[in-house]
Amino acid sequence: MIETVLPYLGVLGIPIAAAAMLACIPNYRISAQINTVACLITLIGAASFLIVKPDASTLLFIDDLNIVFIVVNAFVGFTTSVFSASYIGHEIESGRLKQTHIRFYHAMFQAMMFGMNLALIANNIGLMWVAVELATLTTVVMVGLYRTHEALEAAWKYFILGSVGIALALFGTTLVYVAALPVLGEGLPTMAWTNLIVHVARFEPALLNLAFVFLLLGYGTKVGLVPVHGWLPDAHAEGPTPISAVLSGLLLNVALYAVLRFKMLMAGNAGAVAPGPLMIGMGLASLTFGAFMLYRRRDIKRLFAYSSIEHMGIITFAFGIGGPLANFAGLLHMTMHSLTKSAIFYAVGHIAQIKGTQKIDEIRGLTQSHPLLGWGLVFGVLAIAGLPPMGIFMSEFLIVTSTMARDPWLAIPLVAGLLVGFGALLLRLNTIAFGEPLGSNAPCEASYLPLYCHLAIVLAAGIYLPSALVHWFQAIALLLG
Amino acid sequence: METLTYDVAHLFAGGMVLVSFMLLYQDRMSALLNVFALHAAVLSLSVAWQAYVQDAPHLYVTASIALVLKAIVIPTALRRIVRRLDIHREVETAVGIGVTMLGGVGLVALSIVLMLKVTAGVDPLGRQDLAFALAVILLGLLMMVTRRNAVSQVVGFLSLENGLILAASGARGMPLVVEISIAFSVLIAFFVIGLFLFRIRERFDSVELTAMHTFRGDRS
Repeated sequence: MIETVLPYLGVLGIPIAAAAMLACIPNYRISAQINTVACLITLIGAASFLIVKPDASTLLFIDDLNIVFIVVNAFVGFTTSVFSASYIGHEIESGRLKQTHIRFYHAMFQAMMFGMNLALIANNIGLMWVAVELATLTTVVMVGLYRTHEALEAAWKYFILGSVGIALALFGTTLVYVAALPVLGEGLPTMAWTNLIVHVARFEPALLNLAFVFLLLGYGTKVGLVPVHGWLPDAHAEGPTPISAVLSGLLLNVALYAVLRFKMLMAGNAGAVAPGPLMIGMGLASLTFGAFMLYRRRDIKRLFAYSSIEHMGIITFAFGIGGPLANFAGLLHMTMHSLTKSAIFYAVGHIAQIKGTQKIDEIRGLTQSHPLLGWGLVFGVLAIAGLPPMGIFMSEFLIVTSTMARDPWLAIPLVAGLLVGFGALLLRLNTIAFGEPLGSNAPCEASYLPLYCHLAIVLAAGIYLPSALVHWFQAIALLLG
Repeated sequence: METLTYDVAHLFAGGMVLVSFMLLYQDRMSALLNVFALHAAVLSLSVAWQAYVQDAPHLYVTASIALVLKAIVIPTALRRIVRRLDIHREVETAVGIGVTMLGGVGLVALSIVLMLKVTAGVDPLGRQDLAFALAVILLGLLMMVTRRNAVSQVVGFLSLENGLILAASGARGMPLVVEISIAFSVLIAFFVIGLFLFRIRERFDSVELTAMHTFRGDRS
């Protein structure tokens, strides 16, 4: 028993212990440091899976697919905790948050990391569902942290839509179990991924079809796919910025991971409908909708929230197309989007603090007034818009070419959506970053390390991908079918 | 004996759908909460019957959680919230009750037709349960979208969760881990909801969701 749990201690035990500890520590400086250290240990624990892969048990397992997610998750979690420390310091000084709020915030941050890690390494579809629910609830209370009118409305909306989504996902999960019942018999092993994927060919296809519809809608709500995306912009805009960063960079991925797992199940059953077209449809809808909505945004965090909808659409589309190349591109895009979008939110968090506003009209000429921050944002936005030589350009290029090869007609709406989004982002970037500086010129005590660290990785990935990484991703792409 | 177990299971699960309909046409808050308590009580009976039929003692735990928490504790707490916050005693609807009922009938027909079609291979007991559970879930969703008041939306959500537990208990031998955690999650969910209601009260002196919709973010 000990041997089966021990390897997971770093990614599960540390966050839960840290959450309990942070709930008791009143001083925010100390708790911010503990938060960072806990995230660092979690990252080391996650990285250890790269070296030694623990054996699968009925509840937890590590395979080639979830290891990517868990490493990205732990890494962005760690850099966010570094950013969060400087962000929170400013919020305390400006009096927007009190010490007691911070205690709660840090405990919830670790609880959220626990939930996401558990969802990623769960070998049991029921356990994964519980973990996603836990991660959702912790983010809900953090979105409402400021207790302003807007924050409460955003949190309420997120809570209601998130709960409904998660309820539908549970029904889908039950249906998968019912489908597996005649083949695998009763009991815990029937809900294990490792068993389901082996025997899925003999499941009742009609039940699987129905289950997948519920799962796609349910977890799709958490991914932020149109038409069930309603919570996403509000939650991003009104919560503390570190939470916007982890929502976009991590939580959406966790939900996407769940969808991908079930997609693999569907692909293993010859009689079930192909999940691809459904995912392509929802992906394209999200991409197009997100791209057009970018034009009318006046709030800077809301702008990037819609950009997240757009990119989750692209990723879902890529996995929907399927095949080794598109899956590879989808995985790469997901990783790059996590890194870039969280970097952008790090910059935006500090910008909003300096200027005291999130309105795009009131932010101008950042590259002049705050060069480090301003140029960081410029690079981040250029990367997310898909300009070469950044990593996102490469993944988008791969997605477009693989679509061309598989289904040329689908490339038209895809490229159109990409271009529309590109135009909107450059338009907004122009006024935010250049021109006469507007608003407060207060010096910024930001920590630039997380921001530039992410951007450097995204740039490096665009120029050169190590062949080990390429082989690794190719192997996973084959696994995804 | 076989037909008796089948009929009783059918009775309870069908009863839940019926009570879901009753939730739809309540126009007073206190009555709504009473009917919700009834909903949870029927759920508890249904789960207990499944526990007996499947010879699965752990389901009794689920049944008693449903009875204690959902039929007694939560309605009492919600009643208190309604009284303390001085919420409108009437349930305010966004869509007329007649239209809602018609929609509900359509949803029930849909779920029965759909589930019976796809679950041909499942044993008949679980099959009925799944069909009724889907109906309860959809009716809960319908209630959430047609109510304006935060408390009645919460009741809609809780009735939806009841449907989920009905489905899970009908799935033969679904592991205990899941059921306990479902109940636990409901508890957390309720905790969060309670928190929200109080905070909303703190800020707006109202639990009317429409009062919150002044905010549209980008349009200012």
